[in-house]
Amino acid sequence: MPDLHFLANPARFRRFSQRVLPALSFATVLALAVGLYMALVQAPPDYQQGQTVRIMFIHVPSAWLAMAGYGLLAVLGASLLVWRHPLAALMARATAPVGAVFAAVCLLTGSLWGRPMWGTYWVWDARLTSMLLLFFLYLGHIALSRAYDNSDRGDRAAAILALVGVINLPIIKFSVDWWNTLHQPASVMKLGGPSIHPTILVPLLWMAASLTLLFVLLVLLRTDTEIDRRRLELADLQA
Amino acid sequence: MTGFAVLVLRDLRLVWRRPGDVAVVLAFFVVATTLFPLGIGPETNLLARLAAGVLWCAALFASLLSLDRLFASDYDDGVLDLLLLAPWPLELAALAKCAAHWIVTGLPLAVLAPLLGVAFGLDAKSLLVLAATLAVGTPTLSLIGGLAASLTLGARRGGALLALLALPLCIPTLIFGASAVETSVSGEGFGVHLAILTALALVSLATLPWAMAAALRQGGE
Repeated sequence: MPDLHFLANPARFRRFSQRVLPALSFATVLALAVGLYMALVQAPPDYQQGQTVRIMFIHVPSAWLAMAGYGLLAVLGASLLVWRHPLAALMARATAPVGAVFAAVCLLTGSLWGRPMWGTYWVWDARLTSMLLLFFLYLGHIALSRAYDNSDRGDRAAAILALVGVINLPIIKFSVDWWNTLHQPASVMKLGGPSIHPTILVPLLWMAASLTLLFVLLVLLRTDTEIDRRRLELADLQA
Repeated sequence: MTGFAVLVLRDLRLVWRRPGDVAVVLAFFVVATTLFPLGIGPETNLLARLAAGVLWCAALFASLLSLDRLFASDYDDGVLDLLLLAPWPLELAALAKCAAHWIVTGLPLAVLAPLLGVAFGLDAKSLLVLAATLAVGTPTLSLIGGLAASLTLGARRGGALLALLALPLCIPTLIFGASAVETSVSGEGFGVHLAILTALALVSLATLPWAMAAALRQGGE
């Protein structure tokens, strides 16, 4: 990835992010406003589920982003351990809480949706349980990266954990699948095209795109903050 | 290979000189499983159905208990620095530590669990399955726990953090271990579960020593 290497230098990353952030914030707000209008007003209510189907427009993208966020953590962990990429550690620190919040939003909205649809807030179902375990893995990553006085040590330990976790995640997923399942199977990403009507699918994909923008925006902002924090620590040491 | 044996024997000798450490872990296992019938009630049918899950969870907690000292004592007295300097793969050293941990906790737990299973009303075949799943599954627990112990070496609140890291990774082992015993109780075949449990152990054996050694190198720097 030669294109990304020029961002390895925190000062250069800072110049890049300062240029990108205003436009990105504007795009995120605009996309979310349009997406929420499409999802909450324009999209028709489901003939079975009524208005509660609108929870899906937050729930499903949150689940995707929570999973993608853990993938990003693993990539950042690998680039920290293999190339000693100095920015990867800061970005992993910035990403983990954002991913954890998306996992929590997915669990909360799912639970609120489950109450009217399944008649219960929580079942020990495969998908629910594996999302909960993903949330726990995020918590472990956050706790481990902040558990050391020497933050470099915490970053590297968390990077190893992210890599082991990403290997283990499919195993956890399949073991839990086999253990118990009630959640509906995938209906957007499957062979032979999605089985959702376009009036629902278009707002869903739009919301997924705008929440992805929000994810990227939050990660960039938090990475900037991490760079500031690290500089303050260094200034403290030098003083 | 001799170095491996030397390290395992050294750890076993250290435990032998203070057998109380192992006894406490086994006593915890017995006491913790005893609490479940007291909390749930003494109905034999219910207990036989819960036995697999209860005994497996208690074994999981018991094997975690002794892990926070796995690398910490070597870290404190400088043995770990020597292992890092030694012209000998650190991966094998980490594996030796886990092997010693398994011999003093996993193996006794697998032997002890059927005795407690009798008290839960398991039939003879299920008792054997319980011992077999624990014998095959506890090496995975020792390896995952060893990874968590090496990651949290020198961390603040190391013990609680170790459990937070290790428990989610132990889920597959727990699921297949407990369900093997359950299917045996309900009279079905348990071979698939046992095979997957073995596969998990072999995959952990092949991958986790590398992760552990990487974590120890970070900690030793």
